[in-house]
Amino acid sequence: MANVIARSAESLIGWFNYRTPGLVPFYKKHMSEYYAPKNFNIWYIFGALSMLVLVNQIVTGIFLTMHYKPSAAEAFASVEYIMRDVEWGWLIRYMHSTGASLFFVVVYLHMFRGLIYGSYQKPRELVWVLGMMIFLVLMAEAFMGYVLPWGQMSYWGAQVIINLFGAIPVVGNGLTEWIRGDYLVADATLNRFFALHVIALPLVLLLLVVLHIGALHEVGSNNPDGVDIKKVKDKATGIPLDGIAFHPYHTVKDIFYAGGFLLLFAFIVFFAPTMGGWFLEWDNFIEADPLVTPSHIKPVWYFTPYYAMLRAIPDKLFGVIVMGGATLILFALPWLDRCKVKSIRYRPMLHKILIALFAIGFVILGWLGAQAGSDTQKLVAQVLTAYYFAFFLLMPFWSAMGQTKEVPERVTMHE
Amino acid sequence: MNKLRFFALLLAFAPALGLAAGGGPLESSGTDLSDRASLQRGAGLFMNYCSGCHALSLHRYSRIAEDLDLDPAVVEQNLIQGDANIGENINTGIAAGDGNAWFGKAPPDLSLTARARHGGPDWIYSYLKGFYVDETRPMGWNNTVFPGASMPHVLWEMQGIQRPVYEQGADGLPHVVKLEMVKPGRLDGKQYDQVARDISGFLQYVAEPAALKRESVGVWVVLFLAFFTFIAYLLKVEYWRDVH
Repeated sequence: MANVIARSAESLIGWFNYRTPGLVPFYKKHMSEYYAPKNFNIWYIFGALSMLVLVNQIVTGIFLTMHYKPSAAEAFASVEYIMRDVEWGWLIRYMHSTGASLFFVVVYLHMFRGLIYGSYQKPRELVWVLGMMIFLVLMAEAFMGYVLPWGQMSYWGAQVIINLFGAIPVVGNGLTEWIRGDYLVADATLNRFFALHVIALPLVLLLLVVLHIGALHEVGSNNPDGVDIKKVKDKATGIPLDGIAFHPYHTVKDIFYAGGFLLLFAFIVFFAPTMGGWFLEWDNFIEADPLVTPSHIKPVWYFTPYYAMLRAIPDKLFGVIVMGGATLILFALPWLDRCKVKSIRYRPMLHKILIALFAIGFVILGWLGAQAGSDTQKLVAQVLTAYYFAFFLLMPFWSAMGQTKEVPERVTMHE
Repeated sequence: MNKLRFFALLLAFAPALGLAAGGGPLESSGTDLSDRASLQRGAGLFMNYCSGCHALSLHRYSRIAEDLDLDPAVVEQNLIQGDANIGENINTGIAAGDGNAWFGKAPPDLSLTARARHGGPDWIYSYLKGFYVDETRPMGWNNTVFPGASMPHVLWEMQGIQRPVYEQGADGLPHVVKLEMVKPGRLDGKQYDQVARDISGFLQYVAEPAALKRESVGVWVVLFLAFFTFIAYLLKVEYWRDVH
């Protein structure tokens, strides 16, 4: 009997192999014979987790579109209809809204991982650049998705952000009208944002994710030691001595961490879906009203660091340039860093301090961006904005300074 | 393991940060969504005292029957005003034009007030307890939680009439520091607190009906995921024996 099953399975595989000869090599290249360093630590789970969240967003998003009405007259009530009258609609909606915030949590941590271990350095520049493109598209995706519930913050947030384009000389006003499709944020804006949020941007996002992983698998993964594991290979097999097959070793590890992440996810969805007003904001439970401006307009938490930079600059056009520049400058990171070693473990103390200050400054900017903004807060935001830019613009100088520690030949195993 | 602890710490602080964003001198309402009797009383009070002006247009009568364990016939006889069907939304209240003409501002729909106001049910609770006599206002009433509110104190015969005690603030203007009961109402303080709590709890439920079952479902999901993660951990350890 077993023999029959084995032979049937074999002939089925043979049938496919004959017709798609690339399938097994593809599986081997990306899964069973993709050798990733064995010294990955917890910082290395956020790439896989962001893919998990992406799948969550797509699946819950599909169910939301079945009941959501992309029209200014009906959108707000249709979201509440999902929350009340659709079976398990509240769960789907909370999974989508929580997923949106946690997407940024894992992506920010993923990017920070790249920063501290020098994952963007040669030969992974393209991996970093593609990742940055994902980040940009993700920001657009999140911004447009946030408009769809058509609450007061959706509406006025959209108004403020779209008006930023008005700061561009000559074409500014025409451009904002073109984006909105109307003289103010209105039904036409909601309709096009819906189209972009559910079709256009997810397609771009998926394509970029494929390219990001494809580019990574060409050059191989970096690791917390920043050691090139391909330098030391088993002479007989040609497999890196410090590499282990992605499947099953890293997949079982990722499944374990995904379980832990889903625990956190479920805890928020079931016990704190609004996260005290940070994930779902108080003002967004009031329907959009073009005649009533909320006293304090602010974006959701994941945009607040950049919003703080925008507000720190007195001049509108310059503020917009600073805000845009803050994201775009990250693209240049592989060419700004001139340090000989990749990982923070072997960098001089100066680098560690500057990177730590950068991370702390970014978090404080995020907090400042959510506040109403006193004069002191504005001053702090200005200082931190200056530090943010100085960190990158002066990187070619400071990254070449200091005495680096010697990088070992093989990875050090940390657990 | 130090890093794991760092993430756990981050998580523990997240809700505290959220509370800090709320703020305001609100009294704790002490609402309890598992107290069905309180929510039922709240539904009755709302329909008697509030629905004349305010609607709950995003919510259906039938959901109240289902969620609060009420017989549909009881809801039809006691809670539905006018000739609405039990499957319809609670479109009570007065027309916006009339509301604007009579009060200066149309009474708002209260479907989501408990989620839109910082503090949620605590805000409603404090608001219902914060009315005081103020002859300068068109309706003769003002409110400590929502200064300049257009609404008169519709529950005054239960709570009684309060007068403010002013004190000079740092800005040189008088501020209400406390309220004094000058004419007691039908209920004593404790009983009125319960009335305010019942209404706040009912509106908290209406703002998020899912909250009634969210946590009880969540316990099972979290337990399952904890078990799943444990099994996944054993699997990981088993596989990684090869590596170490």
